[in-house]
Amino acid sequence: MNNLQEIQEKVNYDKIFDCVQCGYCLPVCPTYETMEVETHSPRGRINLVKMVAEGKAAIEDLKDPIEKCLGCMACTTVCPTEVQYGMIFEGAKQVIEEHHVKSAAQKKVEEFVFDSLFPSAKWMGTLGNATWLYQKSGLQKLVQTTHLTALTLHLSRFERVLPDLPSPFERAFRKRRVLPDYKLRKTVAFFTGCVMDGVFFKTNKNTVELLRLAGAEVLMPKEQTCCGALHSHSGKGESAKELAMRNIEAFDIEDVDYIVNNAGGCGAKMKEYPQLFEQGTVWHERAREFADKVRDISEVLVELDGLTFTNSIRRIISYQPSCHMTNVQRVCEEPRILLNSIPGIQIKELERPDFCCGSAGIYNLVNYDESMEILDLKMFDVKDRRPDAVVTTNPGCLLQMKLGIERHGLQDQIEALHLVDLLIEAGPLPK
Amino acid sequence: MNSWLDRIMQDLPEKQILTQLADRYSYSFDASFGEYLPEVVVQVKNKYEAATLLKIANDYKVPVYPRGAGTCLSGGPLPVHGGIVLDMSQWPQKIEMQAGDLIVTVSPSVHTADINKEAEGYGLMYAPDPSSAHVSTIGGNLAENSGGPRGLKYGVTKDSVIGLEVVTPEGEIIRTGGRTIKNVTGFDLTKLIVGCEGTLGVITEATLKLVPKPPAYQTIMVSFAEVRTAGQAISTTLSSGILPAKMEFMDQACIRAVEDFHPAGLPMDAGAVVIIELDGQPEAIKAETELLNVIMEQAGADRITIPETKEEAERVWHARKQVSPAIAKIKPTKVSEDATVPRSKIPDMLERLNDIRKKYHVEVVVFGHAGDGNLHPNVLCDKRDQEEMARVESAVEELFQAAIDLGGTLSGEHGIGTMKAPFMENELGAAGLDLMKRIKESWDPNNILNPGKIFPEQGQKLVLRDE
Repeated sequence: MNNLQEIQEKVNYDKIFDCVQCGYCLPVCPTYETMEVETHSPRGRINLVKMVAEGKAAIEDLKDPIEKCLGCMACTTVCPTEVQYGMIFEGAKQVIEEHHVKSAAQKKVEEFVFDSLFPSAKWMGTLGNATWLYQKSGLQKLVQTTHLTALTLHLSRFERVLPDLPSPFERAFRKRRVLPDYKLRKTVAFFTGCVMDGVFFKTNKNTVELLRLAGAEVLMPKEQTCCGALHSHSGKGESAKELAMRNIEAFDIEDVDYIVNNAGGCGAKMKEYPQLFEQGTVWHERAREFADKVRDISEVLVELDGLTFTNSIRRIISYQPSCHMTNVQRVCEEPRILLNSIPGIQIKELERPDFCCGSAGIYNLVNYDESMEILDLKMFDVKDRRPDAVVTTNPGCLLQMKLGIERHGLQDQIEALHLVDLLIEAGPLPK
Repeated sequence: MNSWLDRIMQDLPEKQILTQLADRYSYSFDASFGEYLPEVVVQVKNKYEAATLLKIANDYKVPVYPRGAGTCLSGGPLPVHGGIVLDMSQWPQKIEMQAGDLIVTVSPSVHTADINKEAEGYGLMYAPDPSSAHVSTIGGNLAENSGGPRGLKYGVTKDSVIGLEVVTPEGEIIRTGGRTIKNVTGFDLTKLIVGCEGTLGVITEATLKLVPKPPAYQTIMVSFAEVRTAGQAISTTLSSGILPAKMEFMDQACIRAVEDFHPAGLPMDAGAVVIIELDGQPEAIKAETELLNVIMEQAGADRITIPETKEEAERVWHARKQVSPAIAKIKPTKVSEDATVPRSKIPDMLERLNDIRKKYHVEVVVFGHAGDGNLHPNVLCDKRDQEEMARVESAVEELFQAAIDLGGTLSGEHGIGTMKAPFMENELGAAGLDLMKRIKESWDPNNILNPGKIFPEQGQKLVLRDE
């Protein structure tokens, strides 16, 4: 792809001019902090995209800086001129993707992750004993065929922090519709997510239960699929679009007030579905209607205001927000309101809660060393607060925090939890 | 391979030398205009590394462009003649408070806002407050002699510096000034280096003066139907025995831009708004607020708003902070100037700007630190439109001349850099500029430190167009 005009279209060249290069993004960028060069800062990356789009630098020059970006979007929250970094970034990813400048190892991991793992119906929950990445089927095969070792992918470290999985029986007999015991306040459709459903099945069960107790009828459309966030963030725009269309179809149900999810990253992508389609098309309109209904579980629970918590939880909690909850969905208060409604709990805010944990989709698999440097900074912050538990709202962050706790030898002192699981522990009852 | 580059590779840590194209492009720009590709970026982390690098550059006569966080609005760190970008931002951060002496010693990479944050813990304040203080480094602020809203009462960066450690262009490490408020020993090299825009030396440590943190603040927002009345009210206030910490101005175009961007409750019908901050003892502030109220009424104010809570006051200042990003929405390219006039000439300057706007059919909005005469006329344009940019160039030239004609200066707080260099002689006269040049030549005989800045090159003109 050498046609500059084509590159300019893909990277949303016109949007680059919104950047006035003021540098206000520098202090909040995790990779600028750990990698210590502007090449790995938002302003530097945007400028490099511009240089490539103007033919002053090659796509190869862009590869490393773009691939090392976490996509945490912290820069977009502080940007005074509201640069749409997400669109420039994903456009650049697509240009790199199509230019095929990836390393062999990275390609193999991505192929497996994107083509087999995430969109797979198996992983979406019907297959009982599927485990996250390193188990019998997919990954071992990958390891054999590509001569990668589990060691180079650091998968054993991820495997160690996986929760116990439910029996195939439990998965197969999940109800597709539940009703509240008392007054019906809202009807919602639950988006299960693939990692959440594959790895944190219990958390999904707890989410449905919280919604039910709070007075919601919960539907779980069977045809739903992966949200496409990871595809989109990796420059696979077309795959993301296909997945979005499947979800929009699956959730096209009358009388549903909200489409609820419990994964910050998935929620963010689904709220951005309209961006995947051209304005004025039918699909853009359908995506807009879909996105308008998407809510994080915390937003819905706060709005329903239907729960009281009966168990006192005498623990110190630090909340690690998902970056995409904060910077894309802009949902910051609701999880904290819920935490504060638990009796006996003590909240210790991290010094820098909005600093990414380094999980960032599959970043921690593809860029393990860079991810661990960022995770270590997060863990120093956590250690200073000395909490009993770190609470998150996204599966990737949850796994990463578990990994950080192990890595720093704190597994006997600190636990990592999804907000939903803590709320169930707190004994919720209808108000 | 260049032999000077070999020497750098030999004498400095490999990890701190960046030669990849992507890295070099990432240090080719700042927050102003233009993009210049350096041959190498070198990150130094202590004074010996800085001295080593400058010695090599001096031996081989290679240009060196010192750079902090690259937030400069006048092109200070731009490597206009290629060579070496000297990145100071990764230097270890050090803030050493000596609260008893009301001073603090800092390393060059410290964020300016962090100094004030640290001082506040001791009931003290570091006064200079450029709007980028949370991003910019103190080293960059010193080199550019940055200002900020509080400049009205507390001065610009140079008024808070009492000592420096500097590496000279020949690689010598020297100290200037000291740790005492009074110091009249010899020439005041400290003040010469502050604001030299990196042309005389690389600052590696600074001793800064602190003042007691004011115990109380009061914000007052005043709106006027006419810009001219607002200008006169500012002059009247300052000659009435009150010295506010800040006196900020925005014209109607700015008010509208802010309200269109993120509504902040500014009076849309006003011709201009002046936002004032008083600081000091609570009793004194109370009395001054009352007095100010009377002055503003007599001066013909339309409306006077006195926020009662801290949150309300913060909302007013937030609206002021929104001006810069809000006006960027009018048109994508912002030529942000900082021409400054004697305070009594503010009404005249505003009139001249209006004439320029009409004459060249360009979009000019005005806001800024009116209390000290430091206005920020911003020309909004689109740098992809060559014809428009040609008009903008003429408008900016005339704007500079207007400031000089009114007894003012080219730059109140951003520095000269490249863009304003062609106008230096207009302000300083040939002899004045020549003297400055001779000082530069004796400090830096090989002209290796930040060449192409401050002093105009043969036939240099203001250029805002890319090609």
